[in-house]
Amino acid sequence: MQPESAMTPGLEVTVLVSIGRHPLTGRARRADQDARGVELARSLADAQVRLLHAGERDESSEAALRGYLGMGFTELSLLEQPEGADVLPALAEALDATSPHLVITGERAERGEGSGLLPYLLAERLGWPLVSGLAAVESVEDGVATLLQALPRGQRRRLKVRLPVIVTVDDAAPAPRQSAYGPARRGAFEATAGPVSVDDEWAAWHVQPARQRPKRLKIVKAASARDRFKAAAAKAEGGGGQVLTDVTPTQGAEAIFTLLREEDVLR
Amino acid sequence: MLDILLPILIFAALALAAIGAVRRIRLWRQGRPSPVPVLRGLAAVPRRYLVDLHHVVARDKVMSNTHVATAGGFVAAMGLAIVVHGLGLAEGILGWLLLAASATMFAGSLFVARRRRDPPARLSKGPWMRLPKSLMAFSLGIFVVTLPAVGVLPAGFSQGLGSWLVALVLAGVVAWGLAELVFGMTWGGPMKHAFAGALHLAFHRRPERFSTKGGEGNRSTGLKALDLEDDQAPLGVETPSDFTWNQLLGFDACVQCGRCEAVCPAFAAGQPLNPKKLIQDMVVGMAGGSDAHYTGSPYPSPERGDRPVGEHHGTPHGPIVAPASTKDGKALVDAETLWSCTTCRACVEECPMMIEHVDAIVDMRRHLTLEEGATPGKGAEVIDNLIATDNPGGFDPGGRLNWAADLELPLMADVERAEVLLWLGDGVFDMRNQRTLRALVKVLRAAGVDFAVLGNEERDSGDVARRLGDEATFQSLARRNIATLAQYRFDCVVTCDPHSFHVLKNEYGAFYPEGQESDYPVWHHSTFINQLIEAGRLRLAPGQAARVTYHDPCYLGRYNGEYEAPRAVLQALGVELVEMQRSGYRSRCCGGGGGAPVTDIPGKQRIPDMRMGDVRETQAEQVVVGCPQCTAMFEGVVPPAGDEEVAVKDIAEMVAAALDTTPEAPPAPRDASTAQTTEEVMS
Ligand code: SF4
Ligand code: SF4
Repeated sequence: MQPESAMTPGLEVTVLVSIGRHPLTGRARRADQDARGVELARSLADAQVRLLHAGERDESSEAALRGYLGMGFTELSLLEQPEGADVLPALAEALDATSPHLVITGERAERGEGSGLLPYLLAERLGWPLVSGLAAVESVEDGVATLLQALPRGQRRRLKVRLPVIVTVDDAAPAPRQSAYGPARRGAFEATAGPVSVDDEWAAWHVQPARQRPKRLKIVKAASARDRFKAAAAKAEGGGGQVLTDVTPTQGAEAIFTLLREEDVLR
Repeated sequence: MLDILLPILIFAALALAAIGAVRRIRLWRQGRPSPVPVLRGLAAVPRRYLVDLHHVVARDKVMSNTHVATAGGFVAAMGLAIVVHGLGLAEGILGWLLLAASATMFAGSLFVARRRRDPPARLSKGPWMRLPKSLMAFSLGIFVVTLPAVGVLPAGFSQGLGSWLVALVLAGVVAWGLAELVFGMTWGGPMKHAFAGALHLAFHRRPERFSTKGGEGNRSTGLKALDLEDDQAPLGVETPSDFTWNQLLGFDACVQCGRCEAVCPAFAAGQPLNPKKLIQDMVVGMAGGSDAHYTGSPYPSPERGDRPVGEHHGTPHGPIVAPASTKDGKALVDAETLWSCTTCRACVEECPMMIEHVDAIVDMRRHLTLEEGATPGKGAEVIDNLIATDNPGGFDPGGRLNWAADLELPLMADVERAEVLLWLGDGVFDMRNQRTLRALVKVLRAAGVDFAVLGNEERDSGDVARRLGDEATFQSLARRNIATLAQYRFDCVVTCDPHSFHVLKNEYGAFYPEGQESDYPVWHHSTFINQLIEAGRLRLAPGQAARVTYHDPCYLGRYNGEYEAPRAVLQALGVELVEMQRSGYRSRCCGGGGGAPVTDIPGKQRIPDMRMGDVRETQAEQVVVGCPQCTAMFEGVVPPAGDEEVAVKDIAEMVAAALDTTPEAPPAPRDASTAQTTEEVMS
């Protein structure tokens, strides 16, 4: 340790990592966005990075979690939770106890509900600010982080946020490094039992693979390459449509029905 | 005078050599343990030298005769000199024999000198340039000092005042020769190759490569399995001392002849790899120091012409490749050097010292991939795909047979047994290779072969993962493929992918569960088609009046020794075959092996472009290949302006096009009613 970094207390970062699911084969893996979060954390100078996962521990989830260890970690904290449990209280308690400066997580999980709500609920519970869609953490000085938020079409917004903060990353964050097999299998799980709250609602849900939705074809009438490029790069425009207020349910249903017919969704 | 000096010189040289030997052996012993049969190994040295090593050396006739004269002369002369001059036993024939031996050696050294007059670029200079002089000093010196012993010169020759000077000069010359040839052997001079080389032959890590009285050696080209059992053990080779001791010994045996450099496709393409320099770097690392004393061709560099020597340094226990965190990013070898290799084995095939470059390179890659997670280029993505989808392209593993929707290929899962298990390979996802596969299916059907495919149960063979150093993914794929294969009965496996062929044939054996073993032959489709032709099961209509050349895929040729079958098939097709200058065991790689297209290390030119240049030299209209990688690499080559495109054809496509589809001459008498029913069903 160099003397100056010993003097400035290191930035404590916790990355929430979940178990991913390969889109084609459904195999468990490190979740892509969470892995990007880990990569982001690794790129921070002087940061003490801790990996935290709340969930079940079995063979396939362990293999997937080792994917994060292979990014250069010796241990991963594991809050053991039974299948179908709501991990929010356990995570909130663990974060409250360790009080890191920065919590990084992916935008949404690749399995389970995948609603993308967890970071928001967590921020609400802890009373911390939340910044979504992060592209980079530019600097952290005197308890204030300068963040670069990714907006659509490559735009970026610079934000200053007082720590502690929860940030989420999506595909705009740098791609995760390769997970190396050796460190991955040597890494240890630091398992603790957290409070368990059973998610009754989830238990009642029926989950089935989603069917791919057909994509709306963009019809471009362009004579030149320049027009085609402009059309491709143009913002998706709202336009059209109508706002119905104060209508009866039947009228509303009829309007929707007509639209679906126009769009050829119903024939 | 000389009677006193010579024994002193000889025994002093021997003593120094013994001390040097102990020091050298200690250097090798820094490596990991690797048990060898010591006595049996030593006993095998003469045969391994005279038969196996000479088999390689003899490809260059002049050099091999030179070596026989020089080395044979030296061994005899040294042995006799110990008796004649060391022990003073010059009686009778011994002195004459010594004269003959030293004369032979002198003749040999004249040839060595001639070769050193204008040495080709592949030879190292530096101390090697003085070697012919040292050889001459030894042989001439011994010759002259032996003359009085046999009485050719008067005994008074070395008496009297003026002869003092002569004696001293002679003693000096002999001392020079002894220094270079005897203790230089163990203290690191050019003659080190003799000492290390002999022991390397004795304790080679792949003893099965050598012939025995019982028969030929085998190629032993499968990579050695990495033990993944111990989950705390560091994986692969990080420092020179992580090699096994006999690998280190092997590196030390290098004579810097540069034959490997001359055939290396990556070196020729200007990528930063020179197998000879790599081996020398390992020697530098083993002893500790910098590469400043290296006097051969350096690693090429696409930007700077050559990478200067002297910037890299290593120690036995220091990292070979600088970890990402080091400041100047330099250690013994740059990572790019290791990733430039296509694992084509041309270097191993040419090396007279039987050094195993590919093993060493893959060992170091294993560390980079498994411990550092530093597979360059698209490597990491390919490995992730292999883990998640069992194919390098990340395609849906449920779509392996989409290309054959109309072919109704019999599935092993349905038929459970077949004469041939057709291993399709990952080419199923590649539109170009699908054409080859269709052709192969057509040929098999024409020959009435009972075959079946695994379909979606097939996975990548693991070849790329393994060459990229990801032994874990390879072993996982191998084990799962083996379990799938074990469910079905078949007589043999046939594949049109030489990489799958090699892995299934030579590398899966180590991964069978206890008590099981692979009990089926694996054939490349060219071999199998040739068998069909020889058995008269295929009717061909020769008449493709094409002028073709044939490219030997590395994994079929050098890895598995199959040079004949594809040529026999071409002959049966009646096409005119013109050989490229580099064909057969000297075939030049297409650039597609070893994950090289994935890691994509830049060079001055591309390997497939060079190979297509070889093809164009033959003025063939078509180049016939037997590998999906080669096909892809060659089809990616843009012909030079004004040149015509050379068609790239897989051998299966050639055969499919030549199938005789005219109805069999006299139709076998059949039941007329059956023929009719068939027709009715058609409508
Ligand atoms: S490695 Fe073999 S072929 Fe290459 S220079 Fe050394 S001895 Fe010659
Ligand atoms: S295997 Fe081929 S590419 Fe690799 S070092 Fe040897 S000759 Fe060069």
